[in-house]
Amino acid sequence: MAELRANSPCAGALPLVIGSVMAREEDLGVITALLPYRGRETALSEALKAAHGMAFPAPNRATGKVGARAIWAGRDQALLLGPVPDPALCEHAALSDQSDGWAAVRLEGAGAEAVLARLVPVDLRAQVFKRGHTVRSQVQHMAGSITRVGERAFLILVFRSMAATLVHDLKTAMEAVAARG
Amino acid sequence: MRITCPLCGARDRREFYYRGAALALERPAPDAGEQAWDDYLFLRENPAGETRDLWYHANGCGAWLVVRRDTRSHAVLEVRLAGEGAQ
Amino acid sequence: MRVAGKGVLDRSRSVPFRFDGVRYAGLEGDTLASALLANGVRLLGRSFKYHRPRGVLTAGSEEPNALVTVGRGGRQTPNTRATVQEIYEGLEARSQNAWPSLKYDLLSVNTLAAPFLGAGFYYKTFMWPKAFWEKLYEPAIRRAAGLGALSGLPDADRYERAYAFCDLLVIGAGPAGLMAALVAGRAGADVILADEDMRMGGRLLAETQQIEGRSGQVWAGEVLAELAAMENVRLMTRTTVAGAYDQGTFAALERVGHHRARAEGQPLECFWRIVAKRSVLAAGALERPIAFADNDRPGIMMAGAVRAYLNRWGVCPGRAVTVFANNDDAHRTARDLVAAGVDVVAVIDSRAEAPGSDLFEVHRGAQVVGTSGRLGLEAITLRSAAGERRVETDCLAVSGGWNPSVHLSCHMNGRPTWREDIASFVPTPGAVPGMMAAGACNGAFSTLACLREGAEAARAALVELGRSVPPLDLPATEDEPYRLTPLWAVAGKGRAWLDFQNDVTVKDVRQAVAENYRSVEHMKRYTTQGMATDQGKSSNVTALAVLADATGRGIPETGTTSFRPPYSPIAIAALGAGGQGKGFAPERFTTSHKASRERGAPMIEAGLWYRPSTFPAPGEKSWRQSCDREVRMVRAAVGVCDVSTLGKIDIQGPDAGKFLDFVYANMFSTLKVGRVRYGLMLREDGTVMDDGTTARLGEHHFLMTTTTAAAGDVMRHLEFVSQGLRPDWDVRFTSVTEQWAQFAVAGPKSRALLNELLDAPLEAGDWPFMACGPVRVLGVAGRLFRISFSGEQAYELAVPARYGDSLFRALVARAEGLGGGAYGMEALNVLRLEKGFITHAEIHGRVTAYDIGMGRMVSAKKDCIGKTMSQRPGLMEADRERLVGLKPVGAVKLITSGAHLFAKGAEPVRENDQGYVTSAAYSPTVGHVVALGFLRRGPERLGEVVKMVDHLRAVETLCEVVDPVIFDPEGGRMRG
Repeated sequence: MAELRANSPCAGALPLVIGSVMAREEDLGVITALLPYRGRETALSEALKAAHGMAFPAPNRATGKVGARAIWAGRDQALLLGPVPDPALCEHAALSDQSDGWAAVRLEGAGAEAVLARLVPVDLRAQVFKRGHTVRSQVQHMAGSITRVGERAFLILVFRSMAATLVHDLKTAMEAVAARG
Repeated sequence: MRITCPLCGARDRREFYYRGAALALERPAPDAGEQAWDDYLFLRENPAGETRDLWYHANGCGAWLVVRRDTRSHAVLEVRLAGEGAQ
Repeated sequence: MRVAGKGVLDRSRSVPFRFDGVRYAGLEGDTLASALLANGVRLLGRSFKYHRPRGVLTAGSEEPNALVTVGRGGRQTPNTRATVQEIYEGLEARSQNAWPSLKYDLLSVNTLAAPFLGAGFYYKTFMWPKAFWEKLYEPAIRRAAGLGALSGLPDADRYERAYAFCDLLVIGAGPAGLMAALVAGRAGADVILADEDMRMGGRLLAETQQIEGRSGQVWAGEVLAELAAMENVRLMTRTTVAGAYDQGTFAALERVGHHRARAEGQPLECFWRIVAKRSVLAAGALERPIAFADNDRPGIMMAGAVRAYLNRWGVCPGRAVTVFANNDDAHRTARDLVAAGVDVVAVIDSRAEAPGSDLFEVHRGAQVVGTSGRLGLEAITLRSAAGERRVETDCLAVSGGWNPSVHLSCHMNGRPTWREDIASFVPTPGAVPGMMAAGACNGAFSTLACLREGAEAARAALVELGRSVPPLDLPATEDEPYRLTPLWAVAGKGRAWLDFQNDVTVKDVRQAVAENYRSVEHMKRYTTQGMATDQGKSSNVTALAVLADATGRGIPETGTTSFRPPYSPIAIAALGAGGQGKGFAPERFTTSHKASRERGAPMIEAGLWYRPSTFPAPGEKSWRQSCDREVRMVRAAVGVCDVSTLGKIDIQGPDAGKFLDFVYANMFSTLKVGRVRYGLMLREDGTVMDDGTTARLGEHHFLMTTTTAAAGDVMRHLEFVSQGLRPDWDVRFTSVTEQWAQFAVAGPKSRALLNELLDAPLEAGDWPFMACGPVRVLGVAGRLFRISFSGEQAYELAVPARYGDSLFRALVARAEGLGGGAYGMEALNVLRLEKGFITHAEIHGRVTAYDIGMGRMVSAKKDCIGKTMSQRPGLMEADRERLVGLKPVGAVKLITSGAHLFAKGAEPVRENDQGYVTSAAYSPTVGHVVALGFLRRGPERLGEVVKMVDHLRAVETLCEVVDPVIFDPEGGRMRG
């Protein structure tokens, strides 16, 4: 019997290197939305620490590290990136599998901040938006999530169906930044 | 215009969806009567001055906010999460 | 011509460019205006209305006269100010509003017709006959009057937008702005210094005063070098801060590519949104002319501009220069010219007490009352106590004083404050929250006062920002008082220009007053004063003074018109930056998009989604052929359709059932696990909001589907109800629309098709109608729902989106083996219409549950959103327009959506309107058009023949009113 083949959201469109900036698709592994039930935030955070080694993130923050990260994703919501969620978490939060719901792009390089300054209406400069900081905002017209994952590196998430637009918007901004020299 | 979301911080107006008067949070009981329901759904103040309205942080954290602001100066006086505003 | 030893540009770098086809050479750092003046070109354009010859008036962005068109084709930019346009190799500029040429403009006869073209002439002269206005007068006027033209081609340039943030935005980099940025930058604040010029320094580049024993230009260079080295300071040159908005938001236009040949990928302009906690307005001041007869000839310029051309660009606009002024400042122009070796004919000062000079002749208490010279100034008429006499001069440097650039301080509805001592307006403190004005824009005109105000504004901002404030340490420089006695307009005959760009004269303003247009707003509209692209930057205050004089009021009582953004013109393309082409809106693609395109499916837009309308088979020539085949295929065998675009919301929590009962009209808490139910969602006013199915996946776990169109609205609504109305209920939801690729598999062979893919095949009774649950599809965990939007035995199969492309291809390939295949939106629409299933064509925001025959779905056992209001008598009346099916029964077999319904014999006029058609399509299953619509008392009129009239498409059809469900009314096939 035939098998189903998996496709990534940005397959064929990335990586892209323009000027000092590179955009490439990131395989985040399992993505799970964690939505703590009423009054269970602390318990969830404890369970998360016990199972995966990171606290439930405060607003605009990410916890954990490469391979097992939790990024705040909105009101009463975080995304667990990497591990298969421990079933014990279900006691404290609504869990939903989002592994296929997001296009994830890593934007990296000296001009990455300048590229995002053309797309995101939030101050993402290093002095205010440090490693471990995250925002829910918009990327051009798309709702998205932007996290600083390195000195010059960002993780950008938008809905999977808009992957082509994300690549288009990033490419346009990267070209404009590169053309300024 | 910028609104300081209690969760996300100060953000550009483009991230928000505007709904209208915060009165929408004060839903009458089903048997409150025609007048109460009519007031709730259709009757709105149009103040020159302080107003309370509802904004949804659509391209942000997804929180519904009660924004108290001045229609004359455009000053934003206070922003609260809608759940808190209803208390 | 260039003056030896003057200017701050590189004399070794010659730059060739063209103006009106003629090749010239300028220097790097030249504007088009300075380069043309250096080449002795004085005539740059023709005026808007009278086609008067015009030359350069100013040396900045306020320029009303010297407008040119730059570039060609899709890169043509009209109305470019020559005083702003920098020259570069390959620059090609052309004059505007002249035909056949600048020197021999035929329409300059308009100037002879001037008596008929005065204020309000549009309203008076071309009134009769009435029909001539649209056909003759208006086109003729538009052709004759006007500025540069657009090419009519798509703009070939790129524009970008960007966001910037800072503690302190300093607007303008003259002495006040530089000092503010320096103080704030040294204190560690996050500073943006923005200046419209190519080079920062403001008037320091144009003057000869010294600061700390060095020239102002050198001092500015040192400060800029220090600022550039600070990581916390961002310098934005060629950036005009164009508007001030709420909560510290500013719009700014950066000219990225106008000063050089185009480079690949490079934007022409960048539209910035700058957010600043505090701002310092250091926008400087603009010199104002004095109105006197024929004051608009090329060669008549602002005194400060003459100084700027001399000191910054090393250009003297004339051989023998005369100065005409009412203030001390203009005497500097004469001093600088003499020092540079230029012949100064005289200084004509209207004040009897004007200072004298050893260097040049000063006529005190004198005025210029006329000028002559066909294409440029040749002589002036001087009137003094000694009488009138002609003075030969080819350049007249005029100064009526300086107007602070208050514009940005007024963008939030503030009005400026009149200051009698400087006879001009200054910003009203607090007019823009967080903004402080400093320097010349605040009425402080000496260099020292500018430095002091800049430093003090920065210090005040630092205090408010909670930063430590350094002691005030000001460089030593001149602190001369600013002395003037107002002179707005010289008395006398002849046309004295106020607004050079719109050709408004003193007489026009007086005419407006004579006709009782006395309010400043009325005068402005009647005369068009200040309504050109320069927005009256150099003329509004003088016009106001003339109006005040004519009405016998004071200037402050007369008031100003509103100052609105932008400060200087911005191309629409820049405002819409980022929105060109695919930047306009995101495109949402399903996982089957690629496979669908490979099969030649044309796409239609559904919101932001792209969905296949049909899957054309070889030989099919029209969409109808494909659609009909796809419908038959589903009815006879099996079809596959991507339904992933429907909204999918995962709902969990102890109160999930209670929550669904509250947001849906019907009951959901009673739904069994593993079952699906159709739900109807109301708005609070009782009308239908959306519909869809919701599955119960577990005790506290539901999966709601919404229509494609309303997915976002429903999510927002659920959040509102949860956060705002029922914050005490424990329920959580999240969109999983993007997580799942979901395909409808519909038709009598649907189970057979699924069994080719499911790890555990389905037996006949296994998965009844409205069942749901987990399945494995070719080894992958998925979900199966037995639901139908086609009326056939049908399933929806969902897998994680990464497998969507692969599963779609597998499903379609196997369906084709069973005599089926893929179907698109057209077939989907026909299939649902045959079954009377509604979409947003029917639930369009004005219909109730009762109207669509679902009144009984509004549960009596519980409260829900919209319940109370849906019970209003007016929403329950039998007389309402209610859902019916329609089929054509007359000679014409066409029903069109949007058409209206009338009683058979009634006149098809509005008064007789009884309803309308919402959806219609040809049904290959029943062999005629089937339609849905709303008809007054509809369900009571089954069997009646009504008349359908489509007034727009001119279609008239007799229709029989039928049950909305036309095919398989018992539903046996669906439940099968």
